[in-house]
Amino acid sequence: MLRDTKIFIYFAIQSSLKMSNKNYLKDISEIKDLMNKSSKFISLSGLSGIMAGVYALIGAGYAYWLVENSKRGYLILDGRVFRLILLDLFIVAALSILTAIYLTSKKAKKNNENIWNETSIRLLKNFLIPLLSGGIYILIILNQQRYGQTGALMLLFYGISLVNASNFTFRNIKYLGYSEILLGLLSAIIPGYGFWFWVIGFGFFHIIYGSIMYFKYDKE
Amino acid sequence: MKNIILHINKAFDHRVRLGIMSILMVNECADFNRLKELLGITDGNLASHIKALEKLEYLLVKKQFIGRKPNTKYYATKLGKVEFKKHINALEKLIRNT
Repeated sequence: MLRDTKIFIYFAIQSSLKMSNKNYLKDISEIKDLMNKSSKFISLSGLSGIMAGVYALIGAGYAYWLVENSKRGYLILDGRVFRLILLDLFIVAALSILTAIYLTSKKAKKNNENIWNETSIRLLKNFLIPLLSGGIYILIILNQQRYGQTGALMLLFYGISLVNASNFTFRNIKYLGYSEILLGLLSAIIPGYGFWFWVIGFGFFHIIYGSIMYFKYDKE
Repeated sequence: MKNIILHINKAFDHRVRLGIMSILMVNECADFNRLKELLGITDGNLASHIKALEKLEYLLVKKQFIGRKPNTKYYATKLGKVEFKKHINALEKLIRNT
């Protein structure tokens, strides 16, 4: 009789320990979840990365065709071709941004997250400050006829912006940032191939990383 | 075992209080609506838990005006952060031990 009670008490203690253990586990996962949700914007869409890469490739293809078919076969700064290429770049950037906003707001709706909340604004700020500084700098040196490093500078500043922004969204974005920085530096070392480095960085890298993000976070 | 249980903080034994502190650990501050949105609870419920944490001095309340609208911001105090860390460490040890 005494032995039975002992066994019973033993099992009662064991099971209550196990139960509280389960609750503590739940507590920990809830803490993690809230910390993530409150400090990171997780509705960024991977598909928009893929689309940005596709736009970049199409835009680059058009630019290549323009230069090949121009009378000179190379770029001069105040020519018609140059202005067309700038416009081409602008359209690629605008389309990428619009697609990103559209797809991200769609995903945010699904996640029950507001697209304009504290985390997304923080993310945007940290992304745009280095990016706009770099963009303005590039425009300034283009005006001074120094355009040899444009591709390298674009990759470099874009990479830095991504690394900076990665603290406020999926951490993996920083790897795309590192790759763009590396590619930018490489492009600076090997002058004359800026166009091709640009195609790899903005076209292929976007498509690769976008697909990884898409399969990791979007598809559920 | 007894030592670990000593570090389990009763104040964090509730989902909402645990949640409020988690948010304030990784954010400098948060206002009432942001906490409400993240935790998905009613005004009254949130207010009572905030009051409990404030009483323990784990949480600092700063009232200010944005234009004409009153805006209340909540910060985790140093004490609150230390206690929360202790609590989490204890939780992790408990999970590992059993």
